[in-house]
Amino acid sequence: MTQFLQTLTDGLTVGALYALIALGYTMVYGILKFINFAHSDVFALGVHLSIVIASILGIKALGDTGTPPWYMGALVLVLAMLACGAIGFLVERLAYKPLRSAPRLNVLITAIGVSLLFQNAGQLPWAFGVSPRAWPTLLPDGELFSIAGVKFRLVHAVVLATAIALMLALQYLIFKTKLGSAMRAVSFNTRTAALMGINVNGIISFTFVVGSMLAAAGGFLYGVYYGGQMKQTADSMWVMLGLKAFVAAVVGGIGNVRGAVLGGIMIGLIEFFGVQYVSDQYRDAYVFAILILVLLFKPEGVFGKATVEKV
Amino acid sequence: MVRVTHLIEQARSKQPSRLVGVGATLWPMVLAVAVGLLMYLLVGPAIGQFQSKILLVIGINIILAVSLTVVNGFTGQFSMGHAAFMAIGGYVAAGVVYYGSLKLFGDMNFAGGRLSHVGAADFVGPLIGKGDFLFLAATLAGGLFAALAGWVVGLPSLRLRGDYLAIVTLGFGEIVRVLLQGTQSQIQPWEAASLGKDAPVWKLPLMLGGPQGFNLLPTYTTLYWVWLWVVLTLVVVYRLKNSSEGRAFLSVREDEIAAQAMGVNVTSYKVRAFTLASFFAGVAGALFAMDIGAINPTDGGFQRSFDIIIMVVLGGLGSISGAVVAAIVITLLPEVLRDLAQYRLILYALALILMMILRPQGLFGVREVWDLALFKKIFRRGGDA
Amino acid sequence: MTHAAVIRRTSQGTVSRWLAMGLAAAVMAFAGGCKKEEAPKASGEPKAAQQAPAAPSTDPIKVGHFASMTGSEATFGVSTDNGIKLAVEERNAAGGIKGRKVELITYDNQGKPQETVTVVTRLIQQDKVAALLGEVASSRSLAAAPVAQRAGVPMVSPSSTNPSVTQVGDMIFRVCFIDPFQGYVGARFASENLKFTKGAVLYNRAQAYSDGLRKNFNEAFTKMGGTLVAEQAYGDGDNDFSAQLTAIREKNPEFIYVPGYYTEVVNIARQARRLGIKAPLIGGDGWDSEELKNAGDALDGSFFSNHYSHEETRPEVQDFVKKYQAKFGKVPDGLAALGYDAARMLFDAMDRAGSTDGKAVAAALAATKDFPGVTGKISMDAQRNANKGAVMLEIQGGQTKFAGFIPAPTN
Repeated sequence: MTQFLQTLTDGLTVGALYALIALGYTMVYGILKFINFAHSDVFALGVHLSIVIASILGIKALGDTGTPPWYMGALVLVLAMLACGAIGFLVERLAYKPLRSAPRLNVLITAIGVSLLFQNAGQLPWAFGVSPRAWPTLLPDGELFSIAGVKFRLVHAVVLATAIALMLALQYLIFKTKLGSAMRAVSFNTRTAALMGINVNGIISFTFVVGSMLAAAGGFLYGVYYGGQMKQTADSMWVMLGLKAFVAAVVGGIGNVRGAVLGGIMIGLIEFFGVQYVSDQYRDAYVFAILILVLLFKPEGVFGKATVEKV
Repeated sequence: MVRVTHLIEQARSKQPSRLVGVGATLWPMVLAVAVGLLMYLLVGPAIGQFQSKILLVIGINIILAVSLTVVNGFTGQFSMGHAAFMAIGGYVAAGVVYYGSLKLFGDMNFAGGRLSHVGAADFVGPLIGKGDFLFLAATLAGGLFAALAGWVVGLPSLRLRGDYLAIVTLGFGEIVRVLLQGTQSQIQPWEAASLGKDAPVWKLPLMLGGPQGFNLLPTYTTLYWVWLWVVLTLVVVYRLKNSSEGRAFLSVREDEIAAQAMGVNVTSYKVRAFTLASFFAGVAGALFAMDIGAINPTDGGFQRSFDIIIMVVLGGLGSISGAVVAAIVITLLPEVLRDLAQYRLILYALALILMMILRPQGLFGVREVWDLALFKKIFRRGGDA
Repeated sequence: MTHAAVIRRTSQGTVSRWLAMGLAAAVMAFAGGCKKEEAPKASGEPKAAQQAPAAPSTDPIKVGHFASMTGSEATFGVSTDNGIKLAVEERNAAGGIKGRKVELITYDNQGKPQETVTVVTRLIQQDKVAALLGEVASSRSLAAAPVAQRAGVPMVSPSSTNPSVTQVGDMIFRVCFIDPFQGYVGARFASENLKFTKGAVLYNRAQAYSDGLRKNFNEAFTKMGGTLVAEQAYGDGDNDFSAQLTAIREKNPEFIYVPGYYTEVVNIARQARRLGIKAPLIGGDGWDSEELKNAGDALDGSFFSNHYSHEETRPEVQDFVKKYQAKFGKVPDGLAALGYDAARMLFDAMDRAGSTDGKAVAAALAATKDFPGVTGKISMDAQRNANKGAVMLEIQGGQTKFAGFIPAPTN
């Protein structure tokens, strides 16, 4: 039972991380109908930029005793999100916007190009290099409380709380603000939205910025949760994490913001329970098997609504 | 809609004019052998060993790109797991050649003739050896297994519309990788006499090297074999494009719903296209494995699939000659940039992005080289486009 | 329907079409020109490569290095390349080989076997290298070895520990010990020096190196009377080891054998301590890196086997560490030391061979005896493997301390 609850806690926390990344995939897909393969690289950038920002702020790397005051961590998070948001904006303007009327496949290839660019530029000696980099100590690595042997650490609380806060903020943004209505309108029908006076290009840029900021937050929280050292940007682990988040978006119904959150948590739980109770050998296979099953039996996603195709 | 009706009418009118004769099946074979021999005996020695190697890789990439054109270009479906079918073909062929040699000839050494020998200059022996037949059989087996896998994957997932095939094939590729990593270590060549003798045949397909990859395969792939298959692929795909089936494929791409309304069984056509493309991917995999002498589980991963998609899109979706040219460019580009060391892939990525922005319809669009205005002006021929 | 309009024939955009096609044509033209251009660019003298055998003795001797300089495993390729660069620089400063300078050509294989074959073919056929150095990963050495063997170019692998690599043929050598020995070293140290009898294993199943060490460790440890209470695995790119470590914790072993790379071990150690596992970890040469300090105190009291300790007082070691630090600003890891040794052993063989002919160099390499390498005295055995001992290092406060020496097997 202890084991079960521990797996549940860990799975939920990592699931929340997947959800944050999945949101970026799903928002871009909702509006531009293409899979943004460079999203996982923005996530990796979020991790590495956080490290750089922390070191600029003078936060010592691991091994040194003591942790900085909590607001320093928050500052790193905000700065990393701003940096990645800016990068997302530039990528959209320079690489995707010229292709607005091109076939979607071209945009996809461009996304692969952007992904390759980030991965390879990131491992240049004057960027982040090829060696793993130490994650700075931002939080005391302690147990918050434990019930019946289930350890609930401070990082669990911080990661979950931040992720939930960001997701609530996004919900508010999309469903309660004027900007959010515009985003939904563009996603529903771009042309009509343009006719109604919505600045479509501006909304698309804004969506990219929000998605990239969420990916950066995901990267930051990933670092906080695992700590230790972070592998270089070209490591396949980032792409794999991105793919899992993408699967989460599909399972939740691609284009569906609430579905992405639930999908992320679901994928996190399936992965953790699969590894704990079946075998870790097919860790990645579980996730993709779920994907294929969902697509075969409920292609609109577990939490999506089926749409009738109109001629 | 008008275009689809037009395509389907073309499809119907073309049916009787299709050549069905011994000659129609025979001449591509003759042409394939002739081109293979030409490449191997004349072009290869003339350009040097390293250039031959690049020419060989170009050939394999042409097979991959042109076969994927059938799916992504003709039917407008989007597969992201082409490399997975390549890996399946490669592993099957590698298993057949490696363990077939063990069981038939007693060891895993190269048993081919001159046509399959990489450094042919210093080779003494017949043009064709007993190993060549095994290799040919292995290539076909690789293709057929890949086709079977394509059919199994395609049948359920091609019912779906849009990007879903992309996602299913992506997931399928990753599952193939994980399963291949789960195989046991291979019987090494120097264990042929000890372990190899009594290994039961049913156990051999499980001993494919695991994470370390299936290594030290005898190498049979030469310019001859590669270009033979390049010609066969091109002839099959070109004929397909201009056949009634091909027109039906194109109609599926242009407007699925309209095509369905006109009586085209959309799913069936999509599955057929997918199976055919998988066959050639499997063949390419066989050539790939027996060229390097090794095949790894990661060869089936999505990164390689991306490379092939890039070739298809760059060539212009649906253009056969475009895919060929793109395969050449994409193979040469990193090689040309090699001296730039770690900046190489950054430049490659930038070139990719720029190409897409400057030329979103690919090099040739849907057309073939001979449809281009310049080409027509020079050769004074009309196209059907 | 949106996807009906995926492709549209466009009559506009002629300019961009010709631009793109021009780009493509330029690429092809450049590639065609490659053949002629490369030889002079590399050596500064036209057609130097083609005349290599009869060349005057002032031409540089070309040595090719193929490594993963980019991609997931770039850190290993870069370390090795640094070690080789240092050896080449040193050699050239001392007058080269019989008056001829050494020219190092390093190509990146992106960590892919297919690229490895292309690159090695290029080194041999295009650049006409006299010998090859590489690779770290056994799977890529196994892809390259048949090419080198067929072309009659000697190849020295700095750190491929899989026994199969040198079995490919008489042109293939290595300067490191092999998996069976290292597995044995870990087992012997755990059982004899530390008197442990209850061990657990956590290895990377997707990695040949890790899998090889695990097999040989298991065999040796059970033979020495130890029991393995748990065996767990992870895959490439995994960063969450909690499930595996929890399973290991339940069995309460005295130590955990983790034959992985430092890129994973740091996080494994941290997560183990977090779960309350106090048992020390024991590992292999893949741990050796300055980055091990990223583990904080999680690895204190853990051990790993290595080719050398940078604290050893042997003059070769001290000299190497000092030079490396001066040039690259950090303590050399095991891979850098092996790269350095591989290059130096090759130069030594070229000295003795008296020519750069493949067969002569290979014969000289095979005759290497008691070569004073940084990683110990290197002698080639009949299988062209380096026959040498291993050191055990203990980690304390991010630093490694010498903890014991296990001599080479005497057979």
